[in-house]
Amino acid sequence: MPYQIKVNGKQHTVDVDSDTPLLWVLRDNLGLTGTKFGCGISMCGACTVHLNGNAARSCVTPISSVGGAEVVTIEGLSPNGSHKVQQAWIAEDVPQCGYCQSGMIMAAAALLAHTPKPTDAQIDAAISNICRCGTYQRIRKAIHRAAA
Amino acid sequence: MASSPVLSHPLNRRQVLKAGAAAAGGLMIAVAIAPLRARAASGAQPLTAFLRIAPDDTVTVILPSSEMGQGVATSEPMLVAEELECDWRKVKVEFAPVDTPYVNPMFQIQGTGGSTSTRAFFVPLRQAGAAAREMLLRAAASQWGVPVAQCTAADGRITHPGGKSATYGALAAAAAKLPVPAHVPLKPRSQWKLIGQPTPRLDTPPKVDGSAIYGIDVRVPGMLVGVIAQSPVFGGKLKAVDERPAMAVRGVRQVVKLPDAVVVVGDGYWPAKKGLTALKPQWDEGAGAALDSQQIDKIQRQALAARGYVAEESGDAAAALRQSARTIDVTYSVPYLAHATMEPMNAAAYLRPGGGEVWVGTQMQEMAQEAAGHIFGSQQVNINTTYLGGGFGRRSELDTVRAAAAVAKEVGKPVKLIWSREEDIQHDFYRPVSRARMRAGLDRSGKVTAWDIRIASPSIMARLFPQRVQHRFDSSSVEGAVKSPYAPAHRRIEYVMTDIGVPVGFWRSVGNSISGFYVEGLVDELAHAAGRDPYVFRRDLLAQHPRERAVLERAAAMAHWDKPPPAGHYRGIAMHPSFGSMVAEVVEISIGNDGLRVHRVDCAVDCGIAVNPATIAAQMESGIVFGLTAALFGEITIERGRVKQSNFDNYPMLEMGQMPAIEVSVMQTGGKLGGIGEPGTPPIAPALVNAIFAATGKRLRTLPVMKSGLRIAG
Repeated sequence: MPYQIKVNGKQHTVDVDSDTPLLWVLRDNLGLTGTKFGCGISMCGACTVHLNGNAARSCVTPISSVGGAEVVTIEGLSPNGSHKVQQAWIAEDVPQCGYCQSGMIMAAAALLAHTPKPTDAQIDAAISNICRCGTYQRIRKAIHRAAA
Repeated sequence: MASSPVLSHPLNRRQVLKAGAAAAGGLMIAVAIAPLRARAASGAQPLTAFLRIAPDDTVTVILPSSEMGQGVATSEPMLVAEELECDWRKVKVEFAPVDTPYVNPMFQIQGTGGSTSTRAFFVPLRQAGAAAREMLLRAAASQWGVPVAQCTAADGRITHPGGKSATYGALAAAAAKLPVPAHVPLKPRSQWKLIGQPTPRLDTPPKVDGSAIYGIDVRVPGMLVGVIAQSPVFGGKLKAVDERPAMAVRGVRQVVKLPDAVVVVGDGYWPAKKGLTALKPQWDEGAGAALDSQQIDKIQRQALAARGYVAEESGDAAAALRQSARTIDVTYSVPYLAHATMEPMNAAAYLRPGGGEVWVGTQMQEMAQEAAGHIFGSQQVNINTTYLGGGFGRRSELDTVRAAAAVAKEVGKPVKLIWSREEDIQHDFYRPVSRARMRAGLDRSGKVTAWDIRIASPSIMARLFPQRVQHRFDSSSVEGAVKSPYAPAHRRIEYVMTDIGVPVGFWRSVGNSISGFYVEGLVDELAHAAGRDPYVFRRDLLAQHPRERAVLERAAAMAHWDKPPPAGHYRGIAMHPSFGSMVAEVVEISIGNDGLRVHRVDCAVDCGIAVNPATIAAQMESGIVFGLTAALFGEITIERGRVKQSNFDNYPMLEMGQMPAIEVSVMQTGGKLGGIGEPGTPPIAPALVNAIFAATGKRLRTLPVMKSGLRIAG
C-alpha cells in the first residue's frame, strides 16, 4: 500500500508492503544508497538513520511504523559534507573501506545532539555499530573532536 | 593472497604471453605506459594508461588496484603525482577496466591481494607520472619554440625562465599527441616530496557523505534485485523447488534455479527476500551432510600422526632434539574463520546485445572477466569495479560473479545479486582449520637447539590453483613457519594436507595468521622454559636479523617493557614478518571481575619505504583489530554439513567498548619495500595469548580465547 514518508526534508510516496524495512525503501525505492545493509537484524548499525533526531536502525524499522517522522539519512545530514561530525571524520581520516561509516556518522551525530560532550563510556554505550576495518579508535577521536 | 607463490592462473595463452613478457624484463614496463586506446569524455587527455588530464587541470589517476580500505586509492596516486609534479589537490581517481597495462606485475594477472599493490606498482606508476611530465614539458617547449631542458615542471604548471607559463590542463591536448617516452629517469629518493609524507586519503570525502559507490549500491536502468539461497550443505545440489509461493509475493518477477542454489528476482531486495523465505527448496545434500566439527577435529588429529611433505629442513632436527637438555612437545590449533566483510557479498551483471557487463567490488578483475565470459558465452565482458566494502581475501573469489552472470543471463535484464548476511557467513571460503604439533629443544644454557613442526590443514591452493600443488604440498599452509627468523640451525617443517570438504580461501595474511600464532607461541614457551624474559629471549634469537630485531626493540620501547606494567596488567609480545614487512606488537591486558580486557597495543612496522605513513598506521590498526577479533571470538563450526553461525549475534565482532588504544610506529628504514594490508594481523593473536599466559600461567594453544572459558569484557 502507499506510504507517505518525509526523508531529508522531502515528501515521498512509496507503494510497498507494510513490512518493508525503511532501509530498503531508502535504498531501492528512493535510490538513497548511502544507508547501508549490513546484517538485517539490528546488530551492526550500518543502516543507522535519524528518526526525529534519534538514531534508528532502518533494517528493522518497518515502513508502517515510520508515519510522519522526519527521516534523515547520510545524504541529508548536511548539504555538502559540512556537518561537524563529517568534518571531524575528515580531520581524523577515519574511514578505511568506508562501508560502515554512514551508520557510524549518523550514530555519532545523534549522540552529540543529545550529549554534546560525551565521555568515553558514553561513546562506548552509544556507538554499538560494527566496523570490520577497526576504525574505532579514530571514531572515538573524531567524536571528541566534533564535541570540542 | 599467499605471499610467496606468484598467482599464475590455469594457463591460457594470454597469460603465457604475459609471463613471457615479464621474463623478458623491461617489456612489461613498455606495455604499462602505452597510451589508452579510448579517449575519455569531457576533453580529458590520456597521458599513458594511468592518467588523464582535463582542461580544468584535474588529473585522473586510473587505479590498477582495488580499494578495499587499505588506502591504495591514495598511495598509488601519490606515486604518479610524485613524478608528474601536479597539484595534489586536483587529483581524482578512477578504477581501471580490465586491460593489459593494469596487470599486477607481481601476479601476472590483474588483481589486488597479497599486500602487493604499492610494491607491484611502485615503479610503473612513477614511470607513468614521469613520462606524462616529460610529454607536457615537450609540448610546452614545442609551443614556445624553446629547448625542453630550459622548461621546468612544478605544481601542475610548466614554466620557462623567459616568462612563459602554462597549466597542465592547457597543455594536455598537445602532450597527448606526443609519443610516450620509453625511458624517463625517476627522481632520486632525496628529491621525493610526496612519498613518505602522511597524506590524507582521497576517498575520505565520498565515504563521509554516502556518495561512495560499492557493488551493492550499483543501480542501472531496468535493474532487478536477486537474493540467493545456496545449498545449506557444501557440495549439495538443488533437487526441486515449487516456485509458486515466491511468485505470489508482490514485487517478485522470477525464480531462477542454479545447480546448487535458488535465486528469487524482484523489484528490490525486500520483495526478493520475502519470496525466497517463502520457498521450501529441496536439496540433494550429498555426502557432505554427515560432516561435523567433531569429525573435522578427528581428521585433523589423525593427520598429525602421519608424516607429511617436508617443507623445510636444515641440519638434523631429530638428532638435535635427542641431544637437548630439555624438550617441549606442544599441539596448537585454530578454527575455521569467516571474512564477514561489512558489505555482504554481491555482484551485478547484464548480458546486453554484443557482450556483458559486470559491476562488482572485486579483487580479481581479470579472473572475474573470464568467469563471466565463460557463463555469458562472450569474450566481450566489461568489469566495472566499485569500492569494496572490505575484501580481506573474500573478494578474490568468483562465486558472486558466476552466480550473478548466470542469473542475469536467464532473466535477460541487469540483475544485482545480493547475499543476505546469513548467506554470506554460511557460504564463505573460510580460513582453513589448522593443527600443529611442535617439538623444540633447549641446551643447558637455554639456547634453542632445534624444532620440528608438523602442520595439518586443508589446502587453499588445491582448489584455486591446483597446478601449484604438487606432492600434496601447499606452501600457503606453512608460509611464515618456514623461513622463520627465529629458526634454529636444526629444523624441520612438515605439511600434511587434509581433505574435509569445507571450502577454504585466502583470509587476511593467509598462512601467516596461523603460523604466526604457532611460531610465536612456541618461542614464548621456549623463553619460559629457559627462564628468560620473553622479549630479551626473542631479541637474542634475532641477532642475525636486524630489521626484525629493530621492530621488536621499537615495540618493546613503546610499551616500556623495561618497566613493570600497571598493577593487575600483563603484557605479551610477538613479532612476525610477512609480505616483505616486519611487524612487532606488545599487548597489555588485565583480567578483572568483568573478564579479559585488552588495554593497549603498541605496534612497530618496517615496510622499508613508507609511501603513505598515515594509511600504513591505519592498516596496522586495522590488521590488529581484525586479528584480535578472530583471536578473541572467531570460530566457524560445522553441524550436519552446515555452518552453525549465521550473523553477528552468533559470530561476534570486536566493538567500540572492547577496542584497545593502539599506537603505531612506522619506521622509515629505506629497506626493501614491503606490503601493508596484511602484516599487522599475524602478531596479535600470539601477543594476546602470551599476555594471557603472563597473567594466568595458562597457555591457550587453541583459539578462540572465548572458548577457553575466559570471559571477554565489553
